[in-house]
Amino acid sequence: MNTVVAQLQRQFQDYIVSLYQQGFLDNQFTELRNLQDEGTPDFVSEVVSLFFDDCAKLINNMSRSLEQPENVDFKQVDSGVHQLKGSSSSVGARRVKNVCISFKECCDVHNREGCLRCLQQVDYEYKMLKTKLEDLFKLEQRILQAGGTIPQVDIK
Amino acid sequence: MGIVTESSQFHVLAVDDSLFDRKMIERLLQKSSCQVTTVDSGSKALEFLGLRESDDINDPNAPSTSPQTHQEVEINLIITDYCMPGMTGYDLLKKVKESAAFKSIPVVIMSSENVPARISRCLEEGAEEFFLKPVKLADLTKLKPHMMKTKLKKESEKLAKEENALLIPVIEEDSSVIEILPLSQELESEQHEPMLSSNKRKAMEEVISTDRSRPKYNDITTSV
Repeated sequence: MNTVVAQLQRQFQDYIVSLYQQGFLDNQFTELRNLQDEGTPDFVSEVVSLFFDDCAKLINNMSRSLEQPENVDFKQVDSGVHQLKGSSSSVGARRVKNVCISFKECCDVHNREGCLRCLQQVDYEYKMLKTKLEDLFKLEQRILQAGGTIPQVDIK
Repeated sequence: MGIVTESSQFHVLAVDDSLFDRKMIERLLQKSSCQVTTVDSGSKALEFLGLRESDDINDPNAPSTSPQTHQEVEINLIITDYCMPGMTGYDLLKKVKESAAFKSIPVVIMSSENVPARISRCLEEGAEEFFLKPVKLADLTKLKPHMMKTKLKKESEKLAKEENALLIPVIEEDSSVIEILPLSQELESEQHEPMLSSNKRKAMEEVISTDRSRPKYNDITTSV
């Protein structure tokens, strides 16, 4: 038995479970992992990467819409939040999704201050998740390079 | 193998303006053993089907001048996002259901918003299912019976066509009178030539025991 592999696998398992426990990820991320197989080993990382690209772009657009207090395009902001909520939900990015819920509420009542706060929060959350998942994927790579397989993790 | 019209796999056309969502639905469908084509708009979906907006949508025989005509591709299901710029999923649903050629293709709508009025409107317009995003693998298993229906229908239609191709000459022969004339007249007249070739064949078969053998008997008078 290769103890290096076992150790890495243990590390991976603990790390991913902690991400769920801390609310960064939810069941939908598990669904995503289940869609990945030997034929599509990069599916999760590709989809996640697309999601983060979307986040950056949408946040940037919404920021511009919210810039001028007298001239806020709430329709545009609403559209951005809608998209962000949809994709974060599909990826299993729980914290990001939750901020979007509050964000939408602020947008609905045309609360610019509230929107700006949510914008800041959503920016923080997606970047945090990005770092966490990058670490997770790095762990995966180390396991594979050491000749091991990625453990199937059962999140209760 | 080029474009295969008769495939054991279901072929789904997925429509969504979001690249992210297209990637998701594509993987979900592939995981469900479906062949997938993704497009990013309702108009591209219609183009892919070979149904351009400018065409007479009620005439399945209207020639398409588009070099991208994909009329040979058999689509077993269309799955589309509801919220799309330009043509919404609902608009696409309507266009498909109004088309004589494509109304039998089951359409499924996806949306990230749970709006009961929206859902019932889509179902009333003929959508088979309405999925809330994020769509799960389990949701797609609901689609198999719908896709099976159209595939079986198409296959039985094809079979019926093939059978008719064989049956028609027989039917026509039954209705036409093929007289077995006395030999002399049969050999003389060329009048029976303009029969349909298939009729002729059948007629030959019918007459064969008498007509063909007669000359023989004439020639061979003594042997039996």
